[in-house]
Amino acid sequence: MTHSPPLRRYSLRPNTFWLLAPAILLLVVWTQIPFVLTIYHSFRRFNLLNPERQGFVGLENFHSQLTDPIFWTAVQNTLVLVGSVLAITVLLGLVLAVLFYQDFPGRALARTLVISPFFVMPVVSALIWKNMLMHPVYGLFAWIAQRLGQEPIDWLATYPMQSIVLMVSWQWTPFAMLLILTGLQSLSKEQLEAAKIDGANAWQEFRYIIVPHLAQTLSVVVMLETIFLLTIFAEIYASTSGGPGLATTTLPYLIYLKAFGEYRIGVAAAGAVFAVILANIVAIFVLRMIGRNLQGGRT
Amino acid sequence: MSARRVRWELTLLAYLAAGLMFFPIFWLFLTGFKSEAEAIAIPPRLFFPPTLESIQEALTRSDYGAHFLNSVISALGSTLLALLLAVPAAYAMAFYPTPRTQGTLLWMISTKMMPPVGVIIPVYLIFRDLRWLDNVWALALMYTVMNLPVVVWTLYAYFREVPHEIMEAARVDGASTAQEMLRVLLPVSGPAIASAALLSIILAWNETFWSLNLTAAQASPLSVYVASFKTAEGLFWAKMSAASMIAILPVLVMGWLAQRQLVRGLTFGAIK
Repeated sequence: MTHSPPLRRYSLRPNTFWLLAPAILLLVVWTQIPFVLTIYHSFRRFNLLNPERQGFVGLENFHSQLTDPIFWTAVQNTLVLVGSVLAITVLLGLVLAVLFYQDFPGRALARTLVISPFFVMPVVSALIWKNMLMHPVYGLFAWIAQRLGQEPIDWLATYPMQSIVLMVSWQWTPFAMLLILTGLQSLSKEQLEAAKIDGANAWQEFRYIIVPHLAQTLSVVVMLETIFLLTIFAEIYASTSGGPGLATTTLPYLIYLKAFGEYRIGVAAAGAVFAVILANIVAIFVLRMIGRNLQGGRT
Repeated sequence: MSARRVRWELTLLAYLAAGLMFFPIFWLFLTGFKSEAEAIAIPPRLFFPPTLESIQEALTRSDYGAHFLNSVISALGSTLLALLLAVPAAYAMAFYPTPRTQGTLLWMISTKMMPPVGVIIPVYLIFRDLRWLDNVWALALMYTVMNLPVVVWTLYAYFREVPHEIMEAARVDGASTAQEMLRVLLPVSGPAIASAALLSIILAWNETFWSLNLTAAQASPLSVYVASFKTAEGLFWAKMSAASMIAILPVLVMGWLAQRQLVRGLTFGAIK
């Protein structure tokens, strides 16, 4: 559609420095400087309850984190959560997108309903699932189980991680679906027509035309979701508070507990540095992908 | 199976999926119109005499209004400030790109990839030292930072499609940069600004991590208030639902309106 705009004649160029500087300055001040400070704190002993006693402790915070089984449980929980939600949302999102790619009466309304969970405040979503659906006594699931002659299940106590995965997947499936649908709509109808004329059946159409076309969309979905899911917090805070035990304590939640529950700033900062490294590994891939798109002359 | 029959079944399946996905929200809304006794009744009631009691109760509690106002201030304030900063930045990068523009854009998104826990500790300490904790304007500033890259990208993507000749003509006629932006660019970019604003409001309104950690009684928005119901047992479900319903309704409606722009904004234009 658009090409890179030709460079303006020099005399007509405004001084863009002052147009860009405020935005850049704010971002630097509130993102880069705090992160440098996080690194600084990660090398220090610092407990908010005992502020006199501070000083550099070298790698001690990192050492105590990396040798703490709780930390590794949290890392493992984080990976399980991200991995399961990704698998579910991408698969379900793909199915829903293909379904909603078809034209049918009332499609706009139905699509609006499907994507609604994405706009629900995460805390509210946690409360709906925890109280009204999964509650072992008054919850809807308990009632359904009883009607079917089963014992009601205390979901969050018996299957804590599975419940969180279900809850988070419900919220993020619409995101995957919306993106995949958008990707699908850029597929040319002619190509599908041509395949049909050549005698391709529905499965072949899906396997050899739709899936390859969606390769880039799917990778963007996976990478963006990974970044968002790595920072999931509100759902866990409002539903299980990381429990029972450590069953749903993820890395962000553990750092929150260390910093604002135990006031161990140094240790929490060391955990935070690790969380940032984890996110950055993902981010590098995302940036490369988006950068490549940008290079293509389109945004 | 005829082609028509397949279509019919797929349609049914799509509606079924839509119903299933929407059900929890529907259930919440339904409970918001129940009394507390109805809310925990077993078997769950689908039909009941609807009452506005719970909604009224949620609304008339003075602190609900205060939390609502905090949500409005932090979401709208941060969006306004983000636009104020992003319009000039996006304008500069879209119309006067330099070899560094692409790097700047990528750097801006890269700040979104920093997990909040990575910076919460210093931000908390700085807020504490500045006495900004529990201040709704400070929270709005935090949200501005959070949404600025998204707003810049949404605007940038749109500005690039505005014909340059319009801007050029104004410039030749002696318009200043400010006049060019205000009189020429803004009137033609209404939809872009609206969609960037919607996206920013939605993200700020639903935000929980910063608000939980940086605010207390005074400045806490609805997300924090709703979270206070997390330990509520059966007695407060109708009220909890009513409060939640009012909290999510504005954003739900905005989300419905902004479906398409959302994809662009959230993926930084990587998918169209």
